[in-house]
Amino acid sequence: MIVEVAAAGVAVDRSGVDPPLVAIRNLSKYYIRGDQVIPVLVDIDLDVNAGDFVALMGPSGSGKSTLLNLIAGIDKPSSGEISIAGVDITQLSDADLALWRSTNVGFIFQFYNLMPVLTAYANVELPLQLTSLGRRERRERVETALALVGLTDRATHRPNELSGGQQQRVAIARALITDPTLIVADEPTGDLDRATAEEILGLLERLNRELGKTIVMVTHDPKAAEKAHRLIHLEKGVLVH
Amino acid sequence: MFVPLLVLRNAFRHKLRTTLTIVGIVVAIVAFGMLRTIIDAWYAGANASSSARLVTRSSVSLVFPLPLNYAQKIRQVDGVANVAWANWFGGIYVNERNFFAQFAIRAPEYLEMYPEFVLSDDERHAFLMDRTGAIAGRKLAQKYGWKVGDQIPLRGTIYPGTWTFNLRGIYDGAEEGTDTSTFFFHFDFLNESIKKHLGGRGDQAGLFIEQLRRPEDAAAVSQAIDTMFHNSLAETLTETEKAFQLGFVAMSEAILLAIQAVSFVVIVIIMAVMANTMAMTARERYAEYATMKALGFSNGFVALLIFAESLGIALFGGLLGVALTFPAAEAFAKTVGSILPAFKVSPQTMAMQMGAALVIGVVAAAIPAWRASRVRIVEGLRAIA
Ligand SMILES: Nc1ncnc2c1ncn2[C@@H]1O[C@H](COP(=O)(O)OP(=O)(O)O)[C@@H](O)[C@H]1O
Ligand SMILES: [Mg+2]
Repeated sequence: MIVEVAAAGVAVDRSGVDPPLVAIRNLSKYYIRGDQVIPVLVDIDLDVNAGDFVALMGPSGSGKSTLLNLIAGIDKPSSGEISIAGVDITQLSDADLALWRSTNVGFIFQFYNLMPVLTAYANVELPLQLTSLGRRERRERVETALALVGLTDRATHRPNELSGGQQQRVAIARALITDPTLIVADEPTGDLDRATAEEILGLLERLNRELGKTIVMVTHDPKAAEKAHRLIHLEKGVLVH
Repeated sequence: MFVPLLVLRNAFRHKLRTTLTIVGIVVAIVAFGMLRTIIDAWYAGANASSSARLVTRSSVSLVFPLPLNYAQKIRQVDGVANVAWANWFGGIYVNERNFFAQFAIRAPEYLEMYPEFVLSDDERHAFLMDRTGAIAGRKLAQKYGWKVGDQIPLRGTIYPGTWTFNLRGIYDGAEEGTDTSTFFFHFDFLNESIKKHLGGRGDQAGLFIEQLRRPEDAAAVSQAIDTMFHNSLAETLTETEKAFQLGFVAMSEAILLAIQAVSFVVIVIIMAVMANTMAMTARERYAEYATMKALGFSNGFVALLIFAESLGIALFGGLLGVALTFPAAEAFAKTVGSILPAFKVSPQTMAMQMGAALVIGVVAAAIPAWRASRVRIVEGLRAIA
């Protein structure tokens, strides 16, 4: 009887709050060089709720990119758990992880990382090459995404024919195209001037507000961090709240 | 559509680099094809030879002649349908550089036994009726602009003096591979001249050629002929025409081996050059490959991109090389036509050229593709900054 009540109590408690989209437990990452152990992340616990816009701040070398890469599933931790929408991605094989990324994560990089030989249109379409979507549906999606970032008239341009801000907008369209669970951005304004950075941040804010996208953004720009709902500070691999 | 497009665009990112790589492959494939064709041409005489003919020569050496009266004895051997004989003349036409083969032949039998030399009835008749008549192959006649009725002077090296022949006919080849660059004239004319003017010993033939009734009897008939002259003053060695021709080839085996080796070295060199190019290309794109992997593309997909690009470039170069081998071979044949009569690019050579291009493409991509597929995403992404 007692056990049942307790169990029921727990269940009731949980139904009140949504489980976090990202749940990180005891996460550590260190590099071993010779007989030296270099800790990069130490015992991180962090939850990110669905719909959140989180800014990850901290001095250079504090492990921001490393943490973001782990959340995005492009790096492996030394220990700990990263559960995203109920999936512990640290347990996935490389192939499963790649498949998981293709549907769950949208990437925005500091240097845009567009394919130089592809047009803006083809760059945005790139992640859809891994899906079985039909031609028409693809076209609709790419056109919608390009319209959202305001680059409809630049669809046929190659990255080297676009400004930095425009390239980053193409990258944002690419990050959106698969309708991912989570968008990760590593210093998305790090290579842009103030005004352009504002534009990009405004766009990210819209994605979060209007499309309900969960965003985790690494930045060391306080202005950028202002747009986020929540600030997280890293200092030498440790979270400081 | 997406993969071919991406591969094609990638391939022409560095237009100069890709163009130079293709030029290198084309040159290598043409060189490879030419060298293989030289080897083929060398063996062509043997391949075109009939297995229904035997050649009898002195067992000591080709330079020792055999008595002409052997002809009657050979004709008696079971399985021999016809006998002809021939002498190598070795004359010079105008100057030393004009090399072509000249044979003094026992014409009536010889022409019967070599139906691959096609001569009109009129010309055949005219040749047979003229003691100092001669016939030349089409290719030879074309090279020197000879016409029927011309007088052809040859300066003898083995048989001194200037010998002038009346060109009575120009023969064609029955098949494409038939050699039409040889000059034939009458053995009897040579023989009589030797006896009359040169005071030498006549009635000797360099070699006898036997037509077999059945090709299967080649071994038995050869043995019967050689046994017949065993322990005589001039012992014989009889073999099929093919074996005889291959004997000539064997003399130059070392050269052929060297040519063969060079043909493969050429391929290995371009392979190394292209492997280096592909390695450089792949290294430059590590960040892009890492980005694609981050987006969910597999390691195998990245490897495929590199393989496809490498193969595309190599096979394109290969095709271009094969196509250019034909004019190259033609130009080459024009200059050395009479030394290597059957200078033709064979289908096997073309297949080997494309095979070589394929191997170049695969080998060049192997290490870069393996490395790019193994590179960790975070390491690859760092390459951009
Ligand atoms: N492959 C590696 N080997 C050793 N140390 C590394 C490696 N990659 C990153 N680091 C170290 O990890 C720390 C955190 O790096 P990073 O996450 O990129 O920092 P941030 O993004 O906050 O500037 C740095 O001190 C860096 O030198
Ligand atoms: Mg960083």
